[in-house]
Amino acid sequence: MFTKPTTLPASARSKDQLRFITCGSVDDGKSTLIGRLLHDSKMIYHDQITALERDSIKYGSTGNNIDFALLVDGLEAEREQGITIDVAYRFFTTPRRSFMVADTPGHEQYTRNMATGASQAQLAVILIDARKGVMVQTRRHSFICALLGIRHIVLAVNKIDLVAYDKECFDRIARDYLAFAAGLGFTSIVPIPISARYGDNVVDRSARANWYHGPCLLEYLESIDIQSGTPNQAFRFPVQWVNRPNPDFRGYAGTVASGKISAGDEIIVAASGRTTRVKRIVTQAGDLGGAEAGDAVTITLEDEIDIGRGDILSRLDDRPKIADQFAAYVIWMDEEPLAPGRNYVLRIGSQTISGSITEIRHRIDVNTGEHLAAGMVSFNEIAFCNVATTMPAVFDPYDVNRKTGSFIFIDRYTNRTAGAGMIAFPLRRATNITRQVLSVGRRERAALKNQKPCVIWFTGLSGAGKSAIADLVDQKLFAMSRHTMLLDGDNLRHGLSADLGFSLADRAENIRRIGEVAKLMADSGLIVICSFISPTRAERDRVRILVGKEEFIEVFVDTPIEECARRDPKGLYSKVKSRKIKNFTGIHAPYEAPATPDIHLRTMEQTLEHSAKAVVDVLMARSILDG
Amino acid sequence: MAKNRNPAPKTRYMLPKHLRRLEAESIEIMRDVVAEFKRPVMLYSIGKDSSVMLHIALKAFYPAKLPFPLLHVDTTWKFREMIGFRDATARRLGLDLIVHVNKDGIARGINPIDSGSALHTQVMKTDALKQALDLHGFDAAFGGARRDEERSRAKERILSLRSAGHVWDPRNQRPELWSLFNTRIRQGETMRVFAMSNWTELEVWEYIMFEKIPVVPLYFAKQRPIVHRNGAMIMVDDERLPLNCDETPEMRMIRFRTLGCYPLSGAIESDATSIEGIVAEMQTATVSERQGRLIDTDEAASMEKKKREGYF
Repeated sequence: MFTKPTTLPASARSKDQLRFITCGSVDDGKSTLIGRLLHDSKMIYHDQITALERDSIKYGSTGNNIDFALLVDGLEAEREQGITIDVAYRFFTTPRRSFMVADTPGHEQYTRNMATGASQAQLAVILIDARKGVMVQTRRHSFICALLGIRHIVLAVNKIDLVAYDKECFDRIARDYLAFAAGLGFTSIVPIPISARYGDNVVDRSARANWYHGPCLLEYLESIDIQSGTPNQAFRFPVQWVNRPNPDFRGYAGTVASGKISAGDEIIVAASGRTTRVKRIVTQAGDLGGAEAGDAVTITLEDEIDIGRGDILSRLDDRPKIADQFAAYVIWMDEEPLAPGRNYVLRIGSQTISGSITEIRHRIDVNTGEHLAAGMVSFNEIAFCNVATTMPAVFDPYDVNRKTGSFIFIDRYTNRTAGAGMIAFPLRRATNITRQVLSVGRRERAALKNQKPCVIWFTGLSGAGKSAIADLVDQKLFAMSRHTMLLDGDNLRHGLSADLGFSLADRAENIRRIGEVAKLMADSGLIVICSFISPTRAERDRVRILVGKEEFIEVFVDTPIEECARRDPKGLYSKVKSRKIKNFTGIHAPYEAPATPDIHLRTMEQTLEHSAKAVVDVLMARSILDG
Repeated sequence: MAKNRNPAPKTRYMLPKHLRRLEAESIEIMRDVVAEFKRPVMLYSIGKDSSVMLHIALKAFYPAKLPFPLLHVDTTWKFREMIGFRDATARRLGLDLIVHVNKDGIARGINPIDSGSALHTQVMKTDALKQALDLHGFDAAFGGARRDEERSRAKERILSLRSAGHVWDPRNQRPELWSLFNTRIRQGETMRVFAMSNWTELEVWEYIMFEKIPVVPLYFAKQRPIVHRNGAMIMVDDERLPLNCDETPEMRMIRFRTLGCYPLSGAIESDATSIEGIVAEMQTATVSERQGRLIDTDEAASMEKKKREGYF
């Protein structure tokens, strides 16, 4: 489709781009290989080479030869200065292709970094030291590449000079690797014997490994067809932004994720099920007859239907999945482990949805592929999980479509990108459970009770007086003929949460359950009084979000720990003293006082009765008790 | 004044695939940011990268007008032709252009000649930018920086978080997978958005050539008056550049690879008077783009030093 202009510089002719990742441990010569590629493809400028020659003699490990690793290894040094080095992107270009290389140094965080680099890559160059052969790391790299959907592998058997350009050695490594990788689903695996240090088979053919008749590395990277198959993929168009410059134009801006579309084609909006036809495919350079994967366009439709950011347009006969539960591979990237039940913001394409892990099916050992039982997923671990979302998500399985099958987890409280997910399949249950639309809603139920429902959340140290004040408030409201329910920490631990202990994950689950129960009760029109130590801001915030900001009233029962220990109503502090209890809030584990509680009760300054009255006063002031 | 006589090829060629892909990627990033942020702005530095970024933004939101203003942080030491080009561009495209000058810096007499490049850059560029962002309450700012520009940029995120006070914490960068950007920020935090992260200098010029994008004429070779300073050729753009008594500006056939404050921008000798000429010259370029930037030299040296300390 693209005609070759003859007057243009060679570089600008019909060129495309290949994005790849290099995987290898430090000793495998990864930096040297990247440096060599940049240098031999003339991407290193004169001033940089001069510096490199000088540095090589001074700091290099290659005698008087240029140490190409020094070109890219600056990053390693920065790490020692405390800067987190993760993925660095490097660029080089040849007359046939432009290349973007994701370079991921580092060891401890290797899984996260590799996954990040691999998520953008179409191909992986996996380095193997010819002297060592297929190692545990090779398996790990290959597994992550496969998981992230990379289908093309170059097996760069490096340091072939150090095994005297031995064909047998190369053949054995290639055979071992092919046997191991057979189950990983790669489309192509091409082994190439190279010496990054001396340049054999990197850009120029090696005279010393003359038994090798395949392509050298750059030649192969320039010629591999990575696009094949994509035009036949199902059409997916995630709407990014609604373009409404004036009342006469309503366009849906986005990038075609896969497949192709033409003006006049019938389409369906996956989530709503509404159908219409494509009217125009608008670009600034003029309308297009059609658009295909990778094109950023603006689509207008024949009919006015309600479409917004996050919607996906597809064809009628090949639609994406819609479900509020699905199974997914999850790579965790946050210091705070992934705990089931905890609520995250999920970004799935341009959809932003609340969701949580309902079950960790198993954790995967990246080195062996072994499945392990797990209660949580820690930093850099990979697990296969069930995910539930608060509203149905539109997606495809990741191995069918990387664009519509990937998602990230965002921690609501820190806003960190906490993890990455690759959807495997929708869960059948989801299709059978549809949310029942209730005719009698919370407003009606509350109106019947002549009150406004809310959740009054007492937090504070053990022995601070939470339960006592909560009980007094309950009595007062009862006396005022209000419909209330009191949930108390210890009581619920006997029933609803009897199966839970005090681990991080169990605490999170406990609070999740209480939050859900409190919400149900508030939905039924009740004033719900909760009394829980709830030591972290994060867990209280979770309930606040679940219940809704307006209906969550946080009461901080503020009593100094010395006073709590003196009162010691349950004898817990004396047990702590005699070391019978561990992990006790305020002693071994921190209590994070609310920064801006709705009500702050200082129990050293007022009686329980006064405290309870203060709470009721606030309820009145907020017209909670108005009919 | 700066009439955009762009010596571009007469035939219009279809964009090669690699440029189409880069363009689409940048458009996707821009649309995402506009959809997710309340008050984005585009930092417009008048250079070639800004020209390309603006050109792509116009495509991204067509037929709507740009859904954000442009912000130029003016140090008052830009080449005259840059300012002329800026104003002509804003008029031609009907842009909402905000020009911000650090008045406090002017009052204190900060300038690149007497104050030194580091202080001038800090006060008139960096501080000025923070002032402008705070003043207008922008929560996301597009910038034209590219990862290939220098080593430390190679690991910069596309969406790069700044805490309240505009501090960058390199230890706390968010991983970026696929094209799923984490756009969540807290009150006071802002985002820098480098929508052209994955472009290279060559690709920027190729794109300018194919798309016939007007750029400041200073990029094209022409006889211009220069003096030699610290091994660089500095153009005598106005009377503010003090000349030593033995110094007479000489006319040389020069052009600029990067543009900034004129006393800090080193020219290169060149006979590339067209974009094709520039692209051809780039193929055989033997020095890096930033070599002409005098403000980089202190930084580069200290980076190098740190790097060495890290090695041992």
